[in-house]
Amino acid sequence: MGGIFNSSVGRKFAMALSAFFLMIFLVQHFAINILSVFSADIFNEASHFMGTFWVVQYIFQPILIFGVIFHFVMGMVLEIRNRNARSIGYVKYNGNANSTWMSRNMIYTGAVILLFLGLHFYDFWFPEIQVKFIDGDMSGLLDNGEYRYFEHLQHKFVDGWRVALYCLAFVFLALHLLHGFSSAFQSVGANNKYTRGLRGFGKAYAIIIPLGFIFIALYHHFN
Amino acid sequence: MKLTLKIWRQKNADTKGKIVEYPIDGIDGDMSFLEMLDILNEDLINKGEEPVAFDHDCREGICGMCSLHINGEPHGPDKGITTCQLHMRMFKDGDTIFIEPFRANAFPVIKDLVVDRSSFERIQHAGGFISVNTSGNTIDANAIPVNKHDADEAFEAATCIGCGACVASCKNSSAMLFVAAKVSQYALLPQGKVEATERVLNMVKQMDEEGFGNCTNTGACEMECPKGISLEYIARMNREYMAASLKG
Repeated sequence: MGGIFNSSVGRKFAMALSAFFLMIFLVQHFAINILSVFSADIFNEASHFMGTFWVVQYIFQPILIFGVIFHFVMGMVLEIRNRNARSIGYVKYNGNANSTWMSRNMIYTGAVILLFLGLHFYDFWFPEIQVKFIDGDMSGLLDNGEYRYFEHLQHKFVDGWRVALYCLAFVFLALHLLHGFSSAFQSVGANNKYTRGLRGFGKAYAIIIPLGFIFIALYHHFN
Repeated sequence: MKLTLKIWRQKNADTKGKIVEYPIDGIDGDMSFLEMLDILNEDLINKGEEPVAFDHDCREGICGMCSLHINGEPHGPDKGITTCQLHMRMFKDGDTIFIEPFRANAFPVIKDLVVDRSSFERIQHAGGFISVNTSGNTIDANAIPVNKHDADEAFEAATCIGCGACVASCKNSSAMLFVAAKVSQYALLPQGKVEATERVLNMVKQMDEEGFGNCTNTGACEMECPKGISLEYIARMNREYMAASLKG
């Protein structure tokens, strides 16, 4: 059992499990963010709940952070091993003849998403940690007595350059998911009569979720 | 047809190779790719030069010996064929054709376009067999009923000729499609189920030890496989491997 994750099959299985977790998280993140378009109050309530409920904060959040780190570290490990498997490359290589650009460049789309996470954490996660766990203010309230979440969100999307960077990162997220969604199912051995439908669903997921995030960023920039 | 060939020349495994350009004329569209190389080699021999070394045997797409990477694709631009089945009509007059050996550290170049694919043999030795009592008590294979679906899938997997195009096409030099086909062709049949757990563990272990890369599901192997082996077999191997690991 211990040797599973030292094998090529075991590593891709583990990579897929972390991908499933992150893809579910993305849906949850989107579901809460889209509330900000419809109602500031509901968005504030949902954000405060997620930011203070102990199960989310002390169980799901550490698992999420582990999942993100694991996914990127394992991705790098696989990439290094794969590059080492071919020391001398082809003079002429026609990858487009047999595979998609997305499938061949997961490491690059993933690296852009990692850089984006740095910005995203700087914008939202680090300030949350500062207020809640360093300043010790778990109220989620501003000085005027209103929740700070919606105000913070709108404030961040005032700058055009930041919105542009977010939109660019979501395009790379879409490219990553366009291969990653179906690839994760293949890695855990799910390739059967439902695969065709699943690929279609995966493509829809890979486009709708990032497009939704782009919509939210643009909505708050222009409102 | 007049062509320019850019061929990888390498004296032996210990020397560095390079691309050498050869102009060639009088090529007919009905010739096979290997016949075109035969003509080039005759010219080179007549000029007193070293002919280009390349692997070939049956020239019928059965043996899996031919292994050329042509214009960026294993077995060339046509699909569902081996190099020996590739015809020159796939190219146009004046084309430049790059011809390289299959590239992977687990397939070291022996000379020019010939690579050592014995790593595939060692993977087979690790588990690609069934143990049968042959001391006079052999049971007729047909005495054990096999359902049609399983038999068809096993036969489809068994069409793998072990040419290595899967490894050559994969950006990661992964041998998963080959190993998955070999694991499946036995595991799907009752005779192969007895050793199924050990087989998948041992063959994957050997594959990893040979230095092949990890599969990232690009699907290039399936597209370039001359026998059309499906990615479904890799998924099956993944399932079998994880189940075997948990058992073992």
